[in-house]
Amino acid sequence: MAEEKKLFKVKIDNISVEVEPGTTILNAARQIGGEIVPPAMCYYSKLQGSGGKCRTCLVKVSKGSDADPRPMPKLVASCRTTVMDGMEVSNITSPEVLEARKGVVEFLLLNHPLDCPVCDQAGECHLQDLSYEHGADSTRYEFKRRTFDKVDLGDKIKLHMTRCILCYRCVYTADQLTEKREHGILGRGDASEISTYISQSLDNDFIGNVIDVCPVGALTDQTFRFKNRVWFLKPVDAHRDCENPKCCGKTVLWMRGNEIFRVTARKDKYGEVEAFICDTCRFDKKDVKDWIIEGPRKIERHSVISQGHYVNTVKPKDALVEVLDGRQPKLLFNIHSESQVNRPDIDLSKIHGPAHSDDFKK
Amino acid sequence: MGRKLLLDKAHIEGIRYYDTYRSNGGYAAAEKALKTMGPDAVLEEVKKSGLRGRGGAGFPTGLKWSFIAKPEGVPRYLVCNADESEPGTFKDRYLMEFIPHLLIEGLIISSFALGANSAYIYIRGEYAWIPDILEQAIAEAKNKGWLGKNILGTGFDLEIYVQRGAGAYICGEETALIESLEGKRGNPRIKPPFPAVKGLWQCPTVVNNVETLAAVVPIINIGGDEYIKYGTGKSTGTKLISACGNINKPGVYEIEMNISVEEFIYSDEYCGGIKNNKRLKACIPGGSSVPVLPANLLLKTAKGETRMMTYESLADGGFATGSMLGSGGFIVMDEDQCIVRNTLTFARFYHHESCGQCSPCREGTGWMEKVLKNIEYGKGKMSDIDLLWDIQRKIEGNTICPLGDAAAWPVAAAIRHFRDEFEWHVAHPQEALTRNFGLAHYADPLPAPVAAV
Repeated sequence: MAEEKKLFKVKIDNISVEVEPGTTILNAARQIGGEIVPPAMCYYSKLQGSGGKCRTCLVKVSKGSDADPRPMPKLVASCRTTVMDGMEVSNITSPEVLEARKGVVEFLLLNHPLDCPVCDQAGECHLQDLSYEHGADSTRYEFKRRTFDKVDLGDKIKLHMTRCILCYRCVYTADQLTEKREHGILGRGDASEISTYISQSLDNDFIGNVIDVCPVGALTDQTFRFKNRVWFLKPVDAHRDCENPKCCGKTVLWMRGNEIFRVTARKDKYGEVEAFICDTCRFDKKDVKDWIIEGPRKIERHSVISQGHYVNTVKPKDALVEVLDGRQPKLLFNIHSESQVNRPDIDLSKIHGPAHSDDFKK
Repeated sequence: MGRKLLLDKAHIEGIRYYDTYRSNGGYAAAEKALKTMGPDAVLEEVKKSGLRGRGGAGFPTGLKWSFIAKPEGVPRYLVCNADESEPGTFKDRYLMEFIPHLLIEGLIISSFALGANSAYIYIRGEYAWIPDILEQAIAEAKNKGWLGKNILGTGFDLEIYVQRGAGAYICGEETALIESLEGKRGNPRIKPPFPAVKGLWQCPTVVNNVETLAAVVPIINIGGDEYIKYGTGKSTGTKLISACGNINKPGVYEIEMNISVEEFIYSDEYCGGIKNNKRLKACIPGGSSVPVLPANLLLKTAKGETRMMTYESLADGGFATGSMLGSGGFIVMDEDQCIVRNTLTFARFYHHESCGQCSPCREGTGWMEKVLKNIEYGKGKMSDIDLLWDIQRKIEGNTICPLGDAAAWPVAAAIRHFRDEFEWHVAHPQEALTRNFGLAHYADPLPAPVAAV
């Protein structure tokens, strides 16, 4: 019989959980689930080495471990800090953490254009969710925001660097999924940017996944840009026999009627893809005939994407029918005949200024 | 005259070259360590000496060395941090330029203690002429059998490589330095793991400052027990101070850590007083990252004691009324200096040098610079001062590496101690463009501390 692994007991916001040694605080929190899960903008469980950069997942370690109960002196990035046995962590129960997180959101939004009304990512943007939950309602920044020109990274991917929050996820994706990474970070500080060295196009079987991992609208799908709002589309699970051996072929089609507007990988509730898909599936298969449709995709209820989809909804009963027991409702009086306002002979456009009840007096 | 350990032979002509260095007692420590002491004995001496890291943080060197992981079959590395880029600090440049063999000898002894067979000197890109000096010294040492295979017949091998940086302050942070040394973008790593476990090429690595490694030489020469007789308390030995600003004699001074700040500024042996007989307004005692202190808090602590040039005394009172010895970049400001302008200069520096990896530092440093610029150029508002305070508070402690803290501290200290001057800038925007606030009350004696009733 296999030796039983010793599990570490961790307390996050006073909720206990037992996790395997080597688990990060963030993943331990995800095992508990719910509100106490710290937000993560740069960490991506499928990408090795990601995380630690955005600082939104900062938490307070109020007790290091049973062996060494000292608290950690600073807030730590929960995505890169592994748990110890007996560790106690405060996330939403610590005002210090909430304050720091609010600060980080402010920093992230400092140079972000907030052009959600014209951004394709709106509706599935992590930064949107984050600022909605943790941000302030106005900015204290009074200076010109940093801007970059939009760049075409090949004919399939558009880079809108102005929106980027430099999470490095796309860099890790290209490193770990494709044969050769052709883009990276140039420059430093707030002038650093995602770029190919000399305007190269990104061209690789799996490079389209950078669009899925991008938490904001910095990398968007050229085949989908400005075609539709994500919440007007109906996501359905579908699959095909992909000829690329590394591609799972399991995708989500974003449809309206019989038209496929875009194809993405399937994302879990933390916005992380379940399995990466190849560029052929993503960009070239936009015909329903290419796919075997499995059924509607379940999207988190709170997401704006779920609005307008009537899966599993209960239509409220019209109570009046029951109450009236088959009788017709009785018209008490016709409001139009009573109201003096109903004077079609008065031309509203000829009244000077806004209409007033005096204008309708007989 | 204060006793010297590092620069005692700096005046000898030709000390830069091997023969002069050797004939003046050079490489005696390396000989002693390799021939008569084992690695453990060297480590023990360094631990006994109480030597603290001279790069800024002041972490005990012996303790740092003892943390290094020693897995079988994995090479260990020693990296010398010569990426001296802290504004106001230039002591390592002096050491490497004039007594390069002292550093080489220190590297040999330290590598021997750590069991490292490769040592790297990562030198700041702007020090363009120094790699040649070091390379020449390394070649000389190698010719004489101090480097290479089987040194002095002890079976110990060592190669020293010099690597130039490309002009980034952030590469002075040890993990960013390691990344840069590996040929990558100089982004600090997320710790843990610490370099002592996974450093250069994922192998155990120790990163030490130039002066720290040089200080190992006198420690071995005179012994750890003798070394702690220099200095005061936990600030043992001597420290190189790069004195600059409005003083009569700027330069690199080796001080024994038992003199007062006042003596250092005013005595003829060191800075020789304030230039043009002006009055002292403020001082940044440890390089641009440490909090600035007004004259009254610089010379006396809040408790009314004389402030000494030691790690402890300069830090007395915490950040509320104290500062840090840091890297020893001693910047003196006279009554004509504008604190707002100085703070702006530092903020611009940290904005320029932020690597951009984590968001508080990337966005916050630029924001602070812009707000400070407004205040300095007569466009500030009173609320900007509180805004600055809030920004620095949200950067400090929330970043991957200490650059965020280093950017936040000078702003915090300037507002803490010189708020009047900031407010004057906001209230008199036109006047602030033509003249400075002056000394004001910053040198007035502090009220004697009263015990709480």
